[in-house]
Amino acid sequence: MRRSAELRNHGRELRHFQRRLAVSVGFVTLLFCLLFARFFYLQVSQRDHYHTLAETNRISISPLVPNRGLIFDRHGEVLAHNYSAYTLEIMPSKVTNLEATINELTSVVEVSGRDRKRFKKLLGESRKFESLPIRTRLSDVEVARFVANRYRFPGVEIKARLFRQYPKGEGASHVVGYISRINTQDLKLLETSGDFANYRGSDYIGKIGIEQSYEKELHGITGSEEVETDAAGRAVRVMSRNPPISGNNLKLSLDAKLQEVAEQAFGERRGALVAIDPTSGDVLAFVSKPGFDPNLFVDGIDSENWDLLNNSIDKPLNNRALRGLYPPGSTFKPFMALAGLELKRRTPQYTISDAGFFSLPGTRHRYRDWKEGGHGSVDLHKSLVISCDTYYYGLANDLGIDKIFSFISQFGLGKLTGIDIDGEVSGLLPSQEWKMKRHQQKWYAGDTISVGIGQGYNLTTPLQLAFATAILASNGTAFRPHLVKQVTSSKTGEIRNIVTEPLYMLNLNPDNMAHVHKALVDVTRPGGTAARAGAGASYSFAGKTGTSQVIGMKQGEKYVESKVNERHRDHALFIAYAPAEKAKIALAVLVENGGHGGSAAAPIARLVLDYFLLGKLPAGAALETGDDGEGVHD
Amino acid sequence: MTSSARLWHYLTRYVDNFLLVGLLLLMLVGLLVLYSATDANLSRVSNQLINMLVALAIMWLVANIPLQHIMRLAVPLYMIGLILLIGVALFGEIQNGARRWLNIGVTRIQPSELMKLAVPLMMAWYFDKHEVTLRLRDYAVATLLLILPLLLILRQPDLGTTLLIASSGFYVLFLAGLSWRIIAGLLIVGLGSLPVLWAMLHDYQRRRVMTLFDPTQDPLGAGYHTIQSTIAVGSGGLIGKGWQQGTQTHLDFLPEKSTDFIFAVFSEEFGLVGNAALLLLYLVVIGRGMMITANASTQFTRLVAGSITLTFFTYIFVNIGMVVGILPVVGVPLPLISYGGTSMVTMLLGFGILMSIETHPKLVKT
Repeated sequence: MRRSAELRNHGRELRHFQRRLAVSVGFVTLLFCLLFARFFYLQVSQRDHYHTLAETNRISISPLVPNRGLIFDRHGEVLAHNYSAYTLEIMPSKVTNLEATINELTSVVEVSGRDRKRFKKLLGESRKFESLPIRTRLSDVEVARFVANRYRFPGVEIKARLFRQYPKGEGASHVVGYISRINTQDLKLLETSGDFANYRGSDYIGKIGIEQSYEKELHGITGSEEVETDAAGRAVRVMSRNPPISGNNLKLSLDAKLQEVAEQAFGERRGALVAIDPTSGDVLAFVSKPGFDPNLFVDGIDSENWDLLNNSIDKPLNNRALRGLYPPGSTFKPFMALAGLELKRRTPQYTISDAGFFSLPGTRHRYRDWKEGGHGSVDLHKSLVISCDTYYYGLANDLGIDKIFSFISQFGLGKLTGIDIDGEVSGLLPSQEWKMKRHQQKWYAGDTISVGIGQGYNLTTPLQLAFATAILASNGTAFRPHLVKQVTSSKTGEIRNIVTEPLYMLNLNPDNMAHVHKALVDVTRPGGTAARAGAGASYSFAGKTGTSQVIGMKQGEKYVESKVNERHRDHALFIAYAPAEKAKIALAVLVENGGHGGSAAAPIARLVLDYFLLGKLPAGAALETGDDGEGVHD
Repeated sequence: MTSSARLWHYLTRYVDNFLLVGLLLLMLVGLLVLYSATDANLSRVSNQLINMLVALAIMWLVANIPLQHIMRLAVPLYMIGLILLIGVALFGEIQNGARRWLNIGVTRIQPSELMKLAVPLMMAWYFDKHEVTLRLRDYAVATLLLILPLLLILRQPDLGTTLLIASSGFYVLFLAGLSWRIIAGLLIVGLGSLPVLWAMLHDYQRRRVMTLFDPTQDPLGAGYHTIQSTIAVGSGGLIGKGWQQGTQTHLDFLPEKSTDFIFAVFSEEFGLVGNAALLLLYLVVIGRGMMITANASTQFTRLVAGSITLTFFTYIFVNIGMVVGILPVVGVPLPLISYGGTSMVTMLLGFGILMSIETHPKLVKT
């Protein structure tokens, strides 16, 4: 019984299977008919159309590379532009013996050893089937000579190309950055970001600075061209053209003249300066000294120049304003003072008697003031004007690290500011949690004391310090600092602002702010630590000096500048804003191994403020004005 | 019997002549087209000839193995394949952005290729074991057997192979009688989940999918292939431009013309007439496969034969569909014609199994 049921089942299933098989046959036939219909459509109905296409195919599609967007300063001065020039390019895949070809080329055009080295370097980094420049900027005579000898050099071609140029050279090099040839790493990034199709035919990509961070805006949209070629593959005529769309132009918030004043003020010294408009977050000047010439990088830097830049002890490629970490030193004090007032641990009238050191209750360790013997009786105002350490040792102890951390981090220290170029580092505003995570150690009361004067674990970038100063100057309104003010669409002409709204506003007591402003103005007046730099200023000049230690001093040891190796001298710092009652500019200056903030950093700030507020050029400064005469191609 | 007659008998005993003739004709076409596609490059052609001979030898060997042995191999093959796939995911070598190869000391292997046969064998084995009492649960288990390797291969990522294995597995499920209602349900769920999947994709992934379906979005890259191959096919017209006369082919407009896009070469040079003849030839081979499937005596052999035949068809349809611009570009070769040894071996291995099913004494279940 069971067995026959099974058999019957089996028979039914077999029939079931046969039906399924029949369906499959139908499915196959149907889809083959579909293919046949498509063949019929292509090969019979549309045959003439495709026949024409094939006949003129001979049509090859080639990309049309868009012109890169230009970069201007806030007043329209050109910082990066394009010019067209002839280059001599070799297609390595079409040349059998590269070395011999290059040797032979030297009989027609000059090829220097530097050109050869650069070509070799490019060859190592390049994509397949890419044509690579052996010589750029050929003269007309050289072009003519090569054309006459062209038949001797299969695989070598003259091309007219647009080149990027940075007319300011070293000026603002860390801001503008540079473009350079696309390498395999860039290719990978383009593939993952999905922009690969738009880069067919493009040879260059932004590598650092604004050229990199605004790559999407600057690059533009690649067009294409259908070109009819003859049997030998030479272009005969253009069939259709889908024009490229130029990249968007950028207007920086940077003031090129101010930048130049600031750069010149540094002279040969190393350091950084960041100036911000506290009412908008516009970065007015962004200096990292020394700089480098970005023009060297555009067509691949040769190894000599590269070694020179890369191995220099001055590290010109290092963007100090963005990535240099320095203890803020005494420039930290205004923020501490405000914390004391706002958190009601200090009143303006509270006075200490400074004997030149501070000790934690019950201990004998002495935290020394910079002035032996101390400053006598010191209130909040005096503590800022003469930069008393002892006052802030005590204040830090009273506030405790948690309060210091939560109050001061509102000013952006220890966090990324979010500026619009890549590579910013976050610095460090220490906290209990950080120390536990980083050092697996609990926080000691002693750690707090040195934090109070901006030393200890504290680390900031000049950019952060300028940002914090701008928030202080605007009584608590924070705008994201930005180097690019506007993007102008090349397609529609539409102008887009990068930052319009404040990030946040701190609720600060106006009376407390007034006390701090007043004290900081007095810093630059007689009796203050920056009195000399402030002498004769016709505007209210608020500032704070700072010195940050490069090497630690043992207990009881004394720092004598002349005895310390130049590279181990203290860094000089200065933060400033003016006019103090309604600041139009806030800045931070750092001079590496400059010694005292008052003598090394504050005079630079003064020159910058004088130019910005009064239009006064520093004595002996020869700033170039107007265009440098090179044609600009948009 | 003379000794040579005995040898002949020995050689051809388990070979299906009908199928063999079809396959040989296709291979002959393949060599001719390859000769043209490579601009008369004899070394490429002789390489391919060697590939074919090796594959034919393997087919002959497999055809000589009785089905019970092949069936016994199903589980271990599948297990080894699965372990190797996991090995690829963990230690695989990355080439061209995909992790497909596994270095096993002596040589590098691509385990997904093995799974093309191991998956349908395994599923067919499972259905055979549970033949009498097929329930919904069994289909679910079989589906799981299919999905496990699929996920691993999709991760590599290898869209073409995933697609082929998925279809070979689906054919087993379909032939094993998966109910229409469930098929329809799956279809609805699949289509319904598309918008959800779409929402989960990154912008750049979406753009990539868009380029797959609309080649004009990237006319210089992925789209270039389709544009040029469509021109080649269309300009071939009714009777083609003649062997070695295709301008698209010989002026280098066609990319990958000896591998995935070889059909464009054939179509340009032999036209609609040639296309029809080629489709017919393929249809003959498929038809013979279907007959073998219909004659097969056990659940296992039926399912395996059906799946192999229909997968063979899928290769053809996906490849030609891509060349004529009705399907997106995925890396699937044209069976027996595209240049390449691996797919040739996989393909003829499958036909070896078909021959074995047809020519060995049939075990009828009583």
